[in-house]
Parts: sequence; C-alpha cells; structure tokens
Amino acid sequence: MEFQSISQLKLLLDDNKISVKEIAQTYIKKIKEKKDLNIFIYFNEDKIYDQVKLIEKISNDNSLKGIPIAVKDLFCTKNMPTTAGSKILENFNPTYESFVTQKLINQGSMFVGKTNLDEFAMGSATNTSYFGDTINPLSNEGSPLAPGGSSGGSAAAVAADLCLGATGTDTGGSIRQPASFCGVVGIKPTYGICSRWGIAAFASSLDQAGIFSKNVTDASILLKEMAGHDLRDSTSSNVKIPNFSENLNIDLKGKKIGIPKEYTIDGISDEINEVWEQAIKSLEQKGAIIEHISLPHTKYALPTYYIIAPAEASSNLARYDGVKYGHRAENAKSLDDMYELTRSEGFGKEVKRRILIGTYVLSAGYYDAYYLKAQKVRKLIADDFVKAFKECDLILTPTAPSAAFPLNEKQDDPIKMYLNDVFTVPASLAGIPGISIPYGKDKNGLPLGIQLLSKHFNEQEIFNAAFALEKDYE
Amino acid sequence: MKLNTNTINKIAKLARIRLSEKEADEFLKDINSILDWVEQLNEVNTDNVEPLTNISSSALTKRRDENQDINSSDEILQNSPDKLEGYFAVPKVVE
Amino acid sequence: MSNLIKGKHHDWETVIGLEIHAQVKSNSKLFSSSSTTFGSNPNSQVSLVDAAMPGMLPVINKYCIEQAVKTGVGLNAKINKYSIFDRKNYFYADLPQGYQISQYKYPIIGEGKVTIDFKDGSSKEIRIVRLHLEQDAGKSLHDQNPTKTYVDLNRSGVALMEIVSEPDLRNADEAGLYISKIRSILMYLDTCDGNMQEGSLRADVNISVRKPGDEYGTRCEIKNLNSIKFIKQAINYEVKRQIEVLEEGGSIEQNTLLFNTSTGKTKPMRSKEEAHDYRYFPDPDLLPLEIDQEEIDNIKKLIPELPDERKKRYVDEYNLSNYDASVLTSDKAISDYFDSVIKSDFSLKASSKIVVNWITSELFSILNENNLEIINSPIKPKDLGKLVKLINEDIISGKIAKEVLIEMFNTTSDPQIIIDKKGLKQVTNTDEIEAFVDEVIEENKKMVEQYLSGKDKLLGFFVGQSMKKSKGKANPQILNEIIKKKLSKKN
Repeated sequence: MEFQSISQLKLLLDDNKISVKEIAQTYIKKIKEKKDLNIFIYFNEDKIYDQVKLIEKISNDNSLKGIPIAVKDLFCTKNMPTTAGSKILENFNPTYESFVTQKLINQGSMFVGKTNLDEFAMGSATNTSYFGDTINPLSNEGSPLAPGGSSGGSAAAVAADLCLGATGTDTGGSIRQPASFCGVVGIKPTYGICSRWGIAAFASSLDQAGIFSKNVTDASILLKEMAGHDLRDSTSSNVKIPNFSENLNIDLKGKKIGIPKEYTIDGISDEINEVWEQAIKSLEQKGAIIEHISLPHTKYALPTYYIIAPAEASSNLARYDGVKYGHRAENAKSLDDMYELTRSEGFGKEVKRRILIGTYVLSAGYYDAYYLKAQKVRKLIADDFVKAFKECDLILTPTAPSAAFPLNEKQDDPIKMYLNDVFTVPASLAGIPGISIPYGKDKNGLPLGIQLLSKHFNEQEIFNAAFALEKDYE
Repeated sequence: MKLNTNTINKIAKLARIRLSEKEADEFLKDINSILDWVEQLNEVNTDNVEPLTNISSSALTKRRDENQDINSSDEILQNSPDKLEGYFAVPKVVE
Repeated sequence: MSNLIKGKHHDWETVIGLEIHAQVKSNSKLFSSSSTTFGSNPNSQVSLVDAAMPGMLPVINKYCIEQAVKTGVGLNAKINKYSIFDRKNYFYADLPQGYQISQYKYPIIGEGKVTIDFKDGSSKEIRIVRLHLEQDAGKSLHDQNPTKTYVDLNRSGVALMEIVSEPDLRNADEAGLYISKIRSILMYLDTCDGNMQEGSLRADVNISVRKPGDEYGTRCEIKNLNSIKFIKQAINYEVKRQIEVLEEGGSIEQNTLLFNTSTGKTKPMRSKEEAHDYRYFPDPDLLPLEIDQEEIDNIKKLIPELPDERKKRYVDEYNLSNYDASVLTSDKAISDYFDSVIKSDFSLKASSKIVVNWITSELFSILNENNLEIINSPIKPKDLGKLVKLINEDIISGKIAKEVLIEMFNTTSDPQIIIDKKGLKQVTNTDEIEAFVDEVIEENKKMVEQYLSGKDKLLGFFVGQSMKKSKGKANPQILNEIIKKKLSKKN
C-alpha cells in the first residue's frame, strides 16, 4: 500500500477504511524491507504497537491521528533513546520529550523510529554518524549515494516511503540539502518559530527544527502543528502560527521573485542552472514578476558560518563530559583524564574538528579577528536579505550545488564538504525561512531541488509559491 | 594565522579532547586550511557594523520567581555512569 | 593611622581589591525554576536545565533582575539599561554545562561607591567597578570517598551577584569594614541573606604590595573566603609573605591561592596552575537584557531606608557618634530592634546611648548564652524600652535592672510587673536607707575605726554591706552620700 499524503491517509482512517494498527503494520513492513539503507538508528516494533494502543483511543479530530512520522535522533524523546548519532550518547534515555515532538504526539502522530544523522548534526552527507552511513533510497544497487546531511536519515525515510513526515533540524542547510538529494520537500522555518527545547544543541543561533514530507501540503500541515511559542526557549518567537495548509494559494500574479546574481557560481553544472531557469520561467508564466537582485555578501556566508557554528558548538558540546549521562571512559586516573578520554572516545572526527576550530576562534587573542569579525559579516549578510525583500517577495535559487554524490566521495577535504551548503547557509545566517522542493532531475535521473526563501515569518508565501511550482510535476 | 603543534595541543587541552600525535597532525592540516579559507572575511569592510548575535525578533523572555521544576534526584541521576549516595561521582580531584 | 608596613628594608603599602559573591535571595534559580533552599538532600533541587541535559535552555528569573537593580541603587551605582549574558567556558565537576552563564563586557550595574566608617570618626569612600549577575556552581565534596569526588548540583544555577571593588583598600581592617558594609546594604535591601557560613556571601581577595609611589605590584588572588575573620587573617598572612619574597629579591608570581584556615597560610590552587582561557562570548540562548527607566523608577520605590541614611538619622536625631551609629546600623536586625525601642517611647531618644549599651551588652549576653538571634528575642523592644526608662527614673538601679532583664527573658513579662511582683523597686527613702546604714555601722564598729583612721578603701565595704541589707534595692548614689555623711559625722 502506498499512501501519498497525510490527507489521503487521514481520510481513509476517518472513513474506517484502515485502522491505526493496519497503518502501523504497513509501515513496519516497509521499514524492515529497507533495513539495508540504515535509515533508522532506533526502530522497535513493540514501541510502535504501544503507541497504536494509545492512538486508537483518541478522537479523529486530532489532525495527525495515526500518521507515521520519523524523528531525527537529535530530538529528545521519552520512549525511545536519543543518541545524536554519537557514541557519547549511545545509551541515553531522556526522561523528557522535546517541545516539537510533544506537539506532534499531542495531535496523535505515531513515531516509527529515530532516524540517522551526521553526528551532532555536523555534516552534509549523513556519513559522520557513529551508527554508520545512511544510503540514499534513490541509489542504484552497488553504487550507494549520500542522502545529504545532516538530516539524511529523515529525508531518506520520506523518500523511501517509510513515513509520511520526518522531523529534521537545519543549521546551515541540513534539511534543505538532503531534501534536494532525496527528492522530497524540506522546510526550515524562520528562526524562533519552532522551539529548540529538547533538541540537542549544535549551534544555538542557527539551529531550527523543520520537516520533510512528500508534498508541500503535508509540509504545511506538519509545520503548523510543530511550531509555536515556548516559554522555556528564550529565543522562541511569540507569533501566531497561521493555518498554512488551509491558506494555500497558488495565485502568484504580481508576486516579485528575486533572482540573486551571486548564486550563479562557476563550476556548478549546467543541469542545475537549467532547473533553476525552468522554475523561473514557470513562475513567470504563473504571473510572477522576475527581479534581478544582488546579495553582495553571499560568498562570505560559508566562511562566516564555519566560524560561528563551530564556536557555538564547542561550547554547547562541553556538557558531554561523562559526568551526568552518556559515555564515560573507564580507568581514568583523574578528572581531566576522564574528560579527555571520554570525549576522545565519544566524539567522531568531524565533531572533534569543529570543536577544535570553535575553541580556537573564541580563544584569547583570536576572538576579535575571527568570531567578532564573523558576527559583523553576518550582520551584513542579514542586511542584504532585508534590503532584497524590499524589492521582492520571494527569492528563488538552486538548493544544492550538485545532485546526490557517491557516499564516500568527499571524505578527505573538509572544505569541499562544506561547499555543499553554499546556497543554504546564507538564509541560516539571516534566520529567514526556506523550503526545498524537487524540481527536475539530472542526467542520471537524480533529483535536483530548488529553494524558495522569504522574509521572517513569511512561510505562507513560501508554501504558496512551492505549492504552485509543485503542480508542474504532478 | 597558522597553528602549530604546540597551539593545537593547547586548544585540545582547553577542549578536553585527547589527541594522538597522528590526530594532532591531521587536525593541524585541516584546521590550517580552514583558517586560510576563512581569511577572506578580511576583505569585507566591517567598520561601524554591529555584530549580529541574535536573530530572534523577540525581547528577552522573563519568568516569575517560582519553583516549578520538581525533578526527583532519582530522575536527575538516572543516566549517570557513576552515582553514589545521591551524588554524581567522578575521579577524585585534588585541590 | 599609617597604612604602611615596615619590612626589613623598606616600607610597603598593601593594595587590596575585593570580589564579593552574594547569592541573590529568591525562590528559584537565575535561569531555571528549581528551588534555592540551603541544606537540602543532595541533587534534590536540580532541574533538567541545572543538570545540563541535552537540549535544555536558560530562561531568566525576572525577580533576580530586580534584586540586582535594587542592589545597584544601594551601592550608589549606575544601572545599565542594556546588558549581555556571556558564557564563561571551562571544565569542572560542579559545572555541568561546561560553561557558566555570567556577564563579561556589559554588566547590569556599573560604577558605584560605598563609604566605610572608622572608629576615629573619619570615613573613606571605596569605589565599586561593577556588579554583574552569574550562575553559582554546584558543590564538589572531596572528602566523602577515598577515590572519588562527589558532586551535588543543588547550588548549580543559583543567582549570584558579583560585586567588584577598585583596589582602594589598604589593610585587613578596611577590607573587613568594606565587606561588612556591603553585607549590611544587601541585608537592608533583602537582596541577599548575608549568611556567610552557609555560603550566601563569600569573597575573593586580590592583594599586592608596593613601595609607596610605585606602580601596582603583581597581585595574587585568594579565593572563596567565607568569614570576615578569615579574610583578615588571609590578608595579613599574604601581605607578610609577599613582602618577605620581595625583600629577599624575589618576585611575586601571579597566582590563585587558597587559604588554609587551620594552618593560617595561603597556597597556590593546583587546578589553576595553567592559565584559564575562558573564551567569553555572548550566550546565543539568551537575548540582551534591556531595562527601561520606568522599571528602574518602580524598583527605586521599593528601596527601604539604607544603612547610611539610617546612620545619618541616628547621628542627627539621637546624637550618637558617627562611629557608634555605623556599628549599630551595620546589622539591620540590631538597628531595627533599636528603632523599635525608641519608637515605643520617644522620650528614650535622650538616652539612646544607654539603650544602645543595653542592647549590645546585656541583651546580647543573654541571647548569646541561649543561642538566639535578636530577631527571635523573647524580650520585646518596648519592654526593654520600659526597663531603660525605669532606670532613668531611678525606680530601679542598674544592678537590679540586670536581674529584671533575666526575669524578662524567662517570663517575657513587662518589667514593671516583675518589679512589683518581686518588690524590686529601688529604695530612695533616706530614712529607710539611713536605717540600713546605721545597722551596718552598729555591727562593724571596728571597721568604722579603721576607716576613720585613714583606710579609705573600706568605704566599699560599708556600701556593700548596706546594699546587702537593702537587698540590693538601695539607690546607690543616695546610699553613698548617706554613708559618707554618717561616717564623717563620726569624726
């Protein structure tokens, strides 16, 4: 059985054409069949059936009743362990539920498992996890491709039809880029729209929870349920969350679409630029007005990000010290010995690399040259968008500089890996919302995504434009 | 600014991560190339630019002075690798 | 008083600055909603945020902000309308986050000043650099287990106000007076309970020495002193140590020290041997703290009478000396008691010094013997006032009053009732007193002869015996006069 959307499944459930238990059985079977893709860090049938028992009893008015959702293993969940893809949290069982997942539970959703991710969300290929690499479901036999990262497990779960929605987090592109690689929809909302409470922190001023889904409507339903003000998160926005799905409007007449010239980069394949062109033409045909704009500081976004994110991470990950939870090294001779061994054993290479960079750029004598400088450039990048959104309503760009690449291709050179985020990082630095939808394929048949950005709290317009473009491929 | 073996070991110490010599060399190489790469930020004129430390639109959330979090000590100690007599236990520190 | 210390070869000046850590009096912690009560079972007042669980975030306690602003007003300091919380990054067992949320470049309170008063009536202004809010750490216990250190996070996250002074202090006494003054201001404001034994108030002392006129010398920091006595001892030891080192031609290494209260010596802290690089940066989980003028004005309205104001009132209205007034006002509970006594009967204003003496000697004596604080005194202020008035009016003697006080302690009765019940009223009737004296003279004819032949000291004997005969109730002055008159008559 293939379920195409949340509303379709919901309708079947409401009409009693399927039971919650049958939904569970269907998806459990699918998940087992795709075991080799290593999408889930945690999958336990009994835990799913436990949820079924509770969900069966609740009213059908709950908008997500029985909907199978996968959860990125960065969200703390009470009934399933939470590892952050790291050895250092290998057997960690939180006694609390993250704000976002609690909201999904409140609407009756069924969590099918915890998905794989780059360790502590640091990576662009889901190849730094302690629990192994995840394989892109669109890979051919024998040539495994990366699903993108860091939320590769969640993107793959949706692409492989193992759920109808999957939570992710996006710090520099970790939802949008894997969405592009796996051919699914992925949205990173405005910074502050979703609470960060209960999500293991990577870079606090950049992390945002978001969602993967098969189509734009589903993403709009799920985001509405996940978002909301949380008094326990001081950076959480106190804004009313619109009913996005009910307000979807494909009328784009007169909408100004900004095309930033700096996103045309040397070395990006023609196919990607062609897909971008197609989307531009389509929007024009739908009545939108194309504006050529400039975001002058775009090229500085990646280096800015790779100073700020590691700096915040180096501090956020200091709590993983073996004292209160998680892995602790044995036979340590002193407290410092214990710290050093625990963290060396517990963290993988990429995490260590970023902690070291982050520690360095904050250290005495270097703070001004690196961290402070990067925060100033960040301001200029954010201001670029503010100015741009005076001239246009939305900005359209490619999502990623390539299609899904072979799994172990970019291992040796960290900077090459970081370049995967070139189109997604600027929006993260500015805190603005962005969506990626699949919009074309490369010559090997692999999906290519396009990205729509808008100003703070303007998710509705993003959904509208994405919804309109989606129709080109129905 | 380039790191040398001495500085990378100091940084690792600050971060409480133990590096083997091999690891130190590898990270040294990686980090130096990353630092070279980020040097380009110096091309940007940031005179009179305020650093952007928060992109949140809200004002600082303040809460009332109430005891609301009643977590039992069992719950707090639950995930600890070494807990004794109601305390977290770590290798002895000599002051 | 010269502040210079004579070394073997030179005179030396001591330069001292204090960093005081005062726990904010509040129900819950600075960034989390768990309780701040002292002395609970280990790890029973720890929230998920305090334990730094993955995904936990800080949310600031509004009341702690108010308390800090109040304190700033009490320190005559600038209230900064814009301040930032920074992370101070380091690793230690009682620091679960691996960083402390503090304030670095932009503290909530700026420059201020307090005045300390000396015995000789002079005063000195001590400048304050700043006050900032920060999290307290948990507690590490090193002596509970042979191979392990135990960590209790109950205190982790409690709000602290760190008050930093300029290095304006020049000796241990000044340091003692300064910290007492700060403590009393905090207690008057009710922003800190001032309980040094429980760790609500502690100080780090920065000390250096220099030859007069020279630049500042290298300083050492003595950490975590929690009694005024120890602060003074530590200062005196360290100053001596530094002078000895310098006079032998050595130099002072900048060090962080601990003071061993048993040996009376300072010694470098092991864990601080390598320089700490705290890598301060603004906490991205928090937004800047903005306070507007209206909020500041509202908080100012809540400020009660402060020690200096009260001291001035005592000097102006009750004629106490500046020094006596400052000693009295340094402890709010005592001066509250004193105020209550005077308020119960304004005629006592004229005898304020006597009231003060009765409180600080006799009342304290009884309370100390019974381990009671003045706020729990069974003798109420108005009753003490009545007692003093009875003495003033010569109804009882000072000596009898002491007995009455004890009885007041035991029964909480009104002194007049006790006096009436026990018939302790002073005898002032000269006939009655003469009768006692006559008896004594009659019974001690030999002594009379001795006295008259020049042994003047025997006057005391007659006074004593006569007083005994009167069961202590004879008015001493009248008795004295009568004895002198009668004995001289014998001549």
